Amino acid sequence: MATTVFMEALSPTMEEGRLVKWHKHEGDAVKAGDTLAEVETDKAIMDLQARADGILRQVSAAEGQTVPVGKELAVIVAPGEPLGAGRGTGDEGRVAPSPAATAPAPSPAPRHSPPAAAAADAAPVKASPLARRMAKESGVDLKLLTGSGPGGRVVRRDLETAAARPAATVSASAPVAPVPPPPSPVPVSRTDASYEDVPLTQIRKTIAKRLAASLGPVPHYFLTTEVDMERAAEAREALNRDLGDEGRISFNDIVVKAAALALTRHRACNAWFQDDHIRYWNEVHVGVAVAVEDGLITPVIRHADRKSLREIGREAHDLAQRARNRRLRPEEYTGSTFSVSNLGMFDIDQFTAVINPPEAAILAVGSVTQKPVVADGTIVARRRMRLTLGCDHRVIDGATGAVFLQTLKQMLENPLAMLL
Amino acid sequence: MPTLTYRDALNQALREEMQRDPSVFLMGEEVGVYQGAYKVSRGLLEEFGPMRVVDTPIAELGFAGVGVGAAMAGLRPVVEFMTWNFAVLALDQIVNSAAKILYESGGQVPIPIVFRGPNGAALQLAAQHSQAWESWLAHIPGLKVVAPATPADAKGLLKAAIRDDNPVIVLEGEMLYNTKGDVPEGEHVVPIGKADVKRAGTDVTLVCHSKTVVPALKAAEQLQEQGVSAEVVDLRSLRPMDEETLVASVAKTNRCVVAEEGWPHCGIGAQVVDIIQREAFDSLDAPVLRVTQADVPMPYNRQLERAAKPSPEKIVAAARRVCYLD
Amino acid sequence: MATATAQPAKDEALLELQRRMLRQMLLVRRFEEKAAEAYALGKIGGFCHLYIGQEAVAAGSLAVLRDDDYVISSYREHGQALVRGVPANAVMAELFGKATGCSRGKGGSMHLFDAGRRFMGGHGIVGGHIPLAAGLGFAIKYRGGDQICLCYFGEAAVNIGAFHEALNMASVWKLPIIFCCENNRYGMGTAFERVAAVTDVVEHACSYDMAAELVNGMDVMAVYGATERAAERARKTGHPTLLEVRTYRFMGHSMSDPLHGVYRTKEEVEEQKKRDPISQLVVKLKEEGALDDAALDALDAEVRAVVEAAVQFADQSPDPDLSELTSHVLVE
Repeated sequence: MATTVFMEALSPTMEEGRLVKWHKHEGDAVKAGDTLAEVETDKAIMDLQARADGILRQVSAAEGQTVPVGKELAVIVAPGEPLGAGRGTGDEGRVAPSPAATAPAPSPAPRHSPPAAAAADAAPVKASPLARRMAKESGVDLKLLTGSGPGGRVVRRDLETAAARPAATVSASAPVAPVPPPPSPVPVSRTDASYEDVPLTQIRKTIAKRLAASLGPVPHYFLTTEVDMERAAEAREALNRDLGDEGRISFNDIVVKAAALALTRHRACNAWFQDDHIRYWNEVHVGVAVAVEDGLITPVIRHADRKSLREIGREAHDLAQRARNRRLRPEEYTGSTFSVSNLGMFDIDQFTAVINPPEAAILAVGSVTQKPVVADGTIVARRRMRLTLGCDHRVIDGATGAVFLQTLKQMLENPLAMLL
Repeated sequence: MPTLTYRDALNQALREEMQRDPSVFLMGEEVGVYQGAYKVSRGLLEEFGPMRVVDTPIAELGFAGVGVGAAMAGLRPVVEFMTWNFAVLALDQIVNSAAKILYESGGQVPIPIVFRGPNGAALQLAAQHSQAWESWLAHIPGLKVVAPATPADAKGLLKAAIRDDNPVIVLEGEMLYNTKGDVPEGEHVVPIGKADVKRAGTDVTLVCHSKTVVPALKAAEQLQEQGVSAEVVDLRSLRPMDEETLVASVAKTNRCVVAEEGWPHCGIGAQVVDIIQREAFDSLDAPVLRVTQADVPMPYNRQLERAAKPSPEKIVAAARRVCYLD
Repeated sequence: MATATAQPAKDEALLELQRRMLRQMLLVRRFEEKAAEAYALGKIGGFCHLYIGQEAVAAGSLAVLRDDDYVISSYREHGQALVRGVPANAVMAELFGKATGCSRGKGGSMHLFDAGRRFMGGHGIVGGHIPLAAGLGFAIKYRGGDQICLCYFGEAAVNIGAFHEALNMASVWKLPIIFCCENNRYGMGTAFERVAAVTDVVEHACSYDMAAELVNGMDVMAVYGATERAAERARKTGHPTLLEVRTYRFMGHSMSDPLHGVYRTKEEVEEQKKRDPISQLVVKLKEEGALDDAALDALDAEVRAVVEAAVQFADQSPDPDLSELTSHVLVE
């Protein structure tokens, strides 16, 4: 009895996945639980595991190809079992076998062969006539898009989404060793071209979708305050001296901790807007925006209000590292109740961040810099930091946001208050 | 602008055309003394006399042929069928005589005739009295076929039909006779072959004609509440069909649903779909869906009948599907 | 004296009429023979129903009509078209499907039209044109004219509903129509008595309170006389008449049918040929001293030349331009 290998939903929001790499190949023996392939979801790269023992056959998706959830990728058959036996019928979404699939088993082929471009080219693309026309007019390669229509049909909105992404070029920086090469289906740039069209990666599509769903529909407003970080900086230096190699605490860790504590006092800012109701959270889970290759992701420090600075620091470091390697599990980047975004390391003084719906607020953290400040009638140099709170006005009114920010400022200016 | 019922708009068109042209006469069952089975010919016998408002025996084939013969001699008959269900008996005269004589005579003998009457299902009249005949008639070269949905269009298209030198089929809606609307007075002629955008929209085109214009407009309202902007295109003329308006609408919306009272197989909607796939192929973002009568003879039972007919809900469901919302 | 001089004048007019009808019948006979030949040569396609044997019906009845009367017929109408005056060239060219045909090559054998001569067509559906005749009669009455409409159909059409519906309306509305039933005894291959409960077509007139007359269709003068009476009735009173004209076709139903086949015997056809309407008229005229062999030969030679010229005309005429394909579907 053959077992069909489907593109599985490997994240809660995944509708399709890009097949990054096959770990097993046509004709390979596999055991249940073996990693068959790596799949890039809208958030991360996940392992697709075998659900049966047997021989992998009829591999019908090429590396680099994007496949809707539920579509067949291959089958696992018992040794000697004829092909086609026991295969499900009526699977209309099945990908037509590419030439690669019907070719002799490519097992001797080098493991790191580039994505089977020829196979991807040969696979028929389902697209509406309009989508085809739009693609032709805008010079978009339909094969590089994934369809949101029935059966993966590329339709108008897919082209519009593609057109809405900012002009971008592929980073030339080499990926860190264990990280698979970023999915880069972009052909080598024609240097004489006046522009370059780069298809959206899964993560960029998700970012585009989510952020467009934020700044447009969500009525943002922003509150900025400047915090004196002199005492916090002194405390940090002292703590880091004690911690030594165990891991250092960053300013951001302190901000996360302070914000989490402030949120316990200002539940109004620890909330989700949910169409017909507002959910006020009693737990504080702080999302920390992390820049990754080709995008950003927001891993969550759960119960940040109850964690020590050291725990927060260690966790944040680990999450960020794994985020950059695309190794986060779905539960590690979902469920935050409030987010912190820090661009201080880029010498950004102050900025506004876009709310991560359904959350009601986001804190944008600027750099800690020495500034002349008047204290007790004299000008002194102090380490200062600007915080900007982005609020969803449907949830948080101006004064409410201001009071939260005031509490946060007091905590940061007097770190001992955090112990209270 | 005066408000008239669809029935009185037709009556006005007949009266004005009979006043204008003495070669125009009306014949059919119950058109005279009885004042019309649906009262479309009310008052005409009194005004024009029995030679121009002719009560016929129940002999559809026969009096349809009499009409064609009179047209061969240069008169301009308006032949009323009590309903199009009965006109099936006269199809030989409509199809083999009226539609073909001009051609087979090499252009010598035009047939300026109008065949008109109520078409499509009313309420609980069961299978033989609840049929939509447009695809039968619109299939035939040599005929023009119109199907007005509003009182204004009813007047304007009937006047155009009477003035046309060709056989024109006017399909009226039995359920529309009592509907009211503004009707321009006097000279109001709606050109045959022009569709009418009854409601503008951007997301999906709802193509309809005659009675299905009503559920299509209701569907458009419901869709609006769901955030879908529907454009309602009333074909008005089924032969010739206004390809230009259809294509322009679909070029804008990229999606289309066709509603009709006829059966699905080889229906008017199939023709609309043909036009769209041929002339607007590169504008399509989804397959075109059709809403038709169920592919069954019309049942008598009220609930079954309702299930068989096109409805706003069915049109909304189809529209949502072509918008990829469901 | 007065009578003595008047009588010969009337006789001469009658003889002249008969000679004219003889020429028409001969023209039709030779035309149809040539049409059969052309059909066999593949110059005429489709269905082709010949009139041979029935010539006296067209000649006798049409002699009564005025130019402003209407004529309408079934698909066996070559003879009626010719007698009505449609030029042989135009009829033959139509059979050949040529642009010069009376229907521009778009109607063919079954759809000969000449609106100018008020020849309102051959029609291909059995009985389908009988209501059209009623409509033409209706138009005459509507306009208050004294024209009439002469409608030909075969006996098989009597079994179809359109016949009854049309006769009923013609009678109830008093429409000036002559319904001329050419009873040639066979609807294609089916003898009338095998499919008709009432085999005397005239009896159907009773159902519609209509005047009727049974006529010997092999005697051109009998047809003439009956038609004259019916025409007068129609012009003066508006009443229609049903004529049952008993005749016989000497050929098969159409060119694709055998001469007698299995539905009638060779002997029957030969027996009927003894009643050949042309021979009968020739004998009669010879008896009256109005025709001799030389005159007959000359007449025959003249119509043969007309027919020969028609074939040549048709042969040499162009096919309709391809643009004709889509013209005349509608009045533009």
